[in-house]
Amino acid sequence: MPAPAVEGFFTTDPEPALLGTRCSDCGTYHFPAETFFCRNPACSGTTLEQVTLSSRGTVWSWTMNRYAAPPPFPQTEAFEPYGVAAVELAEERMIVLGMLTGDFETLKIGDEVELLVEPHVDGETLIWKWKPVA
Amino acid sequence: MSKDVAVLGAGMHPWGKWGRNFVEYGVHAARAALADAGVDWQDVQFIAGGETVRNGYAGYVAGSSIAQALGWSGARVATAYAACASGASAIDIARARILAGLCDVALVVGADTTPKGFLAPSGGTRTQDPDWLRFFLLGATNPTYFAFYARRRMELYGSTEKDWAAVKIKNARHGLSNPNARYRKEVTEEEILASAMVSEPLRLLNICTTSDGGAAVLLTSLEYARKKGISDPVKVSAVSTVTPRFPKTVIDLPDIATDSAAAAAPPELTFRDSIAAAAYEEADLGPEDLDLAEVYDLSTALELDWYENIGLCKEGEAERLIRDGDTTLGGRIPVNPSGGLACFGEAVPAQAIAQVCEVTWQLQGRAQGRQVEDANVGLTINQGLFGHGSSVILTK
Repeated sequence: MPAPAVEGFFTTDPEPALLGTRCSDCGTYHFPAETFFCRNPACSGTTLEQVTLSSRGTVWSWTMNRYAAPPPFPQTEAFEPYGVAAVELAEERMIVLGMLTGDFETLKIGDEVELLVEPHVDGETLIWKWKPVA
Repeated sequence: MSKDVAVLGAGMHPWGKWGRNFVEYGVHAARAALADAGVDWQDVQFIAGGETVRNGYAGYVAGSSIAQALGWSGARVATAYAACASGASAIDIARARILAGLCDVALVVGADTTPKGFLAPSGGTRTQDPDWLRFFLLGATNPTYFAFYARRRMELYGSTEKDWAAVKIKNARHGLSNPNARYRKEVTEEEILASAMVSEPLRLLNICTTSDGGAAVLLTSLEYARKKGISDPVKVSAVSTVTPRFPKTVIDLPDIATDSAAAAAPPELTFRDSIAAAAYEEADLGPEDLDLAEVYDLSTALELDWYENIGLCKEGEAERLIRDGDTTLGGRIPVNPSGGLACFGEAVPAQAIAQVCEVTWQLQGRAQGRQVEDANVGLTINQGLFGHGSSVILTK
């Protein structure tokens, strides 16, 4: 099985999740994880616990990219258009991006999506993706 | 004490894809601004450069690279990097030095040579760099983010591809006779709607390209201008370079996630709104005082967002402005009379200065073929990566 494209961003359990941190003092979430400081200007907390983020969210917006992104995006011989979504997580009150998978071409703002871990576009590594909830 | 400084000269090197050393464009623009002001380079006491990150070490120290090319003169120097707001940051530093009484004459220059295609991050493997991560993990190009905003306009406010085409058609017409614009050609709605889809719902002709170019302004104290016999110069009355307020809840380049609003309520104003608000407050003016605006139309749909961010209309009403011709030359409040990024393409460290050049010429009544009638107050605005943005208000 391929390894995650980047360490410490998500789990690869059967029910995968994004890995962030939560400030023990004020409760602010951070993704990617902050481990030395809390970004809330009213908080000087330095204790940040690792947490898994909600694996379901709603679409804030999305796009289908019809041209290949330049490196370091993995370059493949046969380019396939790919979707990217901005997803709102209710509990964390934040937006997290992710590539899209499944039947997403009719997605609307507010539609529900769930987290999956799948091979990246070149199949060499694993990456998190958002998939419409049927 | 007045917080104004005078814009005594403005100059540009035409935008294009010339493929030459960025320093050449900077020198050309600087000499044009100096000639426009009637000031000798050796009388400039301070030079501020906008940094380019795509031209090696010489670009990191753009201020001194251009100073050396103009001929070492002993002038003090600084180089500013603030992504798309770099040029405005350089203006802000020069303005502050003049207002502090540390100098009377300052030259601000930005120039860039850009590669073809998408702007891409620096090489190597840098998992700590959000700009690298967004490409590596998501293929999240700049148009990806512009597409997010465009789709929201479509679904929330009923924006259509025809509205965006109208923005492109307007800006193309505005730029027709601008000698510094890269594209000086009318486009039709048909051509726009038939152009290739890049990041849905944005097509190629909705997205600005990247360009080479250079822009410069010669700033002085009001007293120096008076001594030169210029009693009513165009003045810089505000420079806003505010950072966002936590929690920033709109996803912006180059982030892969926003701040969390779990522990703190989002600020009253979005980041883009706050950039303009700070400029208005500093100049003690409001949107109703504007005669024109130069906004950062990285995409046609984004130009509509800016109408709302600078207070020309309420949120969700920008489509009405473009449909009614309010923002076209001859309309209530012309936007991007220069032709905007649609006609220029983006030359990052020069672009915010180019916006200031255009407003200066408009307020001087020298914007041949694209002049806004009776222009007394103009605003520029832009937003870049990493929480950078800027707005400059110029008055007569």
